[in-house]
Amino acid sequence: MLGLQAFFFYIFAFIAVGGALMVVFARNPVHSVLFLILTFVAAAGLFLLAGAEFLALILIVVYVGAVAILFLFVVMMLDLDLGQMKKGALRYAPFGLIIGLVLLAELIIAATGGAYHPELSQTTALPMQPLYELSNINALGSVLYTRYILFFQLAGLILFVAMVGAIVLTLRHKEGIKRQSISAQNARNPATAIEIRKVESGRGL
Amino acid sequence: MTDFFSTYVWPGLIILGQSVLFLVVLLVLIAYILLADRKIWAAVQMRRGPNVVGPWGLFQSFADLLKFVLKEPVVPASSDKVVFLLAPLIAVTLALATFAVIPVANGWVIANINIGILYVFAISSLEVYGVIMGGWASNSKYAFLGALRSAAQMVSYEVSIGFVIVTVLLCVGSLNLTDIVVAQSAGLGTMIGLPSSFLDWHWLSLFPMFIVFFISALAETNRPPFDLPEAESELVAGFMVEYGSTPYMMFMLGEYAAITLMCCLTTILFLGGWLPPFDFIPFTWVPGFIWFLLKAGLVFFMFAMVKAFVPRYRYDQLMRLGWKVFLPLSLAMVVIVAFVLQLSGWGAPGA
Repeated sequence: MLGLQAFFFYIFAFIAVGGALMVVFARNPVHSVLFLILTFVAAAGLFLLAGAEFLALILIVVYVGAVAILFLFVVMMLDLDLGQMKKGALRYAPFGLIIGLVLLAELIIAATGGAYHPELSQTTALPMQPLYELSNINALGSVLYTRYILFFQLAGLILFVAMVGAIVLTLRHKEGIKRQSISAQNARNPATAIEIRKVESGRGL
Repeated sequence: MTDFFSTYVWPGLIILGQSVLFLVVLLVLIAYILLADRKIWAAVQMRRGPNVVGPWGLFQSFADLLKFVLKEPVVPASSDKVVFLLAPLIAVTLALATFAVIPVANGWVIANINIGILYVFAISSLEVYGVIMGGWASNSKYAFLGALRSAAQMVSYEVSIGFVIVTVLLCVGSLNLTDIVVAQSAGLGTMIGLPSSFLDWHWLSLFPMFIVFFISALAETNRPPFDLPEAESELVAGFMVEYGSTPYMMFMLGEYAAITLMCCLTTILFLGGWLPPFDFIPFTWVPGFIWFLLKAGLVFFMFAMVKAFVPRYRYDQLMRLGWKVFLPLSLAMVVIVAFVLQLSGWGAPGA
């Protein structure tokens, strides 16, 4: 079965890399976002091949189904002039390159750190039970909610603070505007809402 | 070489054959669901509905198919042509792809994967792309407004659908759709000593969630009373306004496939899938997929009746219902169900 796996790996890898390149090179910003989505989906495919089915689908649900939609919203609504944006783009190239190199170095260190320092691999990765014994979700849950519960809750707290912050920044209480009271509207009935008057013909009210 | 055939070619051909068979049955079923929708709608309004093509209008959907395919596809000059044509393709492909994990009877499933329900949830969260890409690529303000509305609506109701699914998963302890159905053969009814029956299914034990799921499913598939994306009185036809002929048909097909999927999902999550309503003789003779079809058909009948007699919501009411009513309700239910399961020790094995 290895041949088939390699085949699919190369398909997904090429789509991911090609999509990522097209994010940068596409002329239309909306096309860029669509290519970004393609890259996400291809990455989910790679996760699937690695046996991390839960991560693959969570990637699709969270990133493709929610985050990228918001990107798409913003990019579609903004009137972006790409010619204007591309003018000074070359000046930022060195910064982009540096950030990329730092990320690459971090990835390499994280992946190969154990080879240099045996202690490092113990802190970065727990020995995982083989996947045929335990499903993905069980495996994740059994470390996430026990060993890493503090980090999990910290991440939740950070997200919560970010959400509250976003609401505080955008919530404005305007004075003097009409507001709906849904419960008052639902409580209306014919007896309180309408009045029937008998109007004689030829006369107004 | 024989090794190659036995590992790749024959299993591949078998899966291909199963998929094609399933797809053909599904498409014919969708054609009749479309007809049933129009017939029910017509009956409520005391009309006859489509009754010309074939006996009682039974071949109406196929006549429509022919008409759509033979028409000239018009692509607006100012549209983004690639995205414009890609959008209906994405809509229909994703809607049909979800059926790969739907079990219609014990063991009757194309892909019996461990995370079936998450797969369905993930793919149905992608369906919004067909709408938003179509609306944007049309380069028309009506289409764009429709697409924005639809995207916001689908994303909002996905949240509560997700929480409803979580409550069911808490009770079952597995994400496999077959396990979810099998777990419903014991429940509230067997707990008080009755034999296995329809009282065991989740619709009773998780009744508020059943209602929330049904209404969210209506909103998620853009069915009336939540069909604001294509509110014809204000937006002409929403994101589909520039579409005609085959691309339009694909959008419609995708929409009805999504509706069929939601009916199947409601059946699996809450109505016991292929399980018979009573676990004794005349009922157990009927094969499982018949029960499945009957239940899914019943759910679809409710979908169609809602379309026929509930007036359309206003957009702010729709958003209020999603975020201020369903989200807190489903979130509270997740906590309550988890507490009850933990304290009473009813939690599923392995959960």
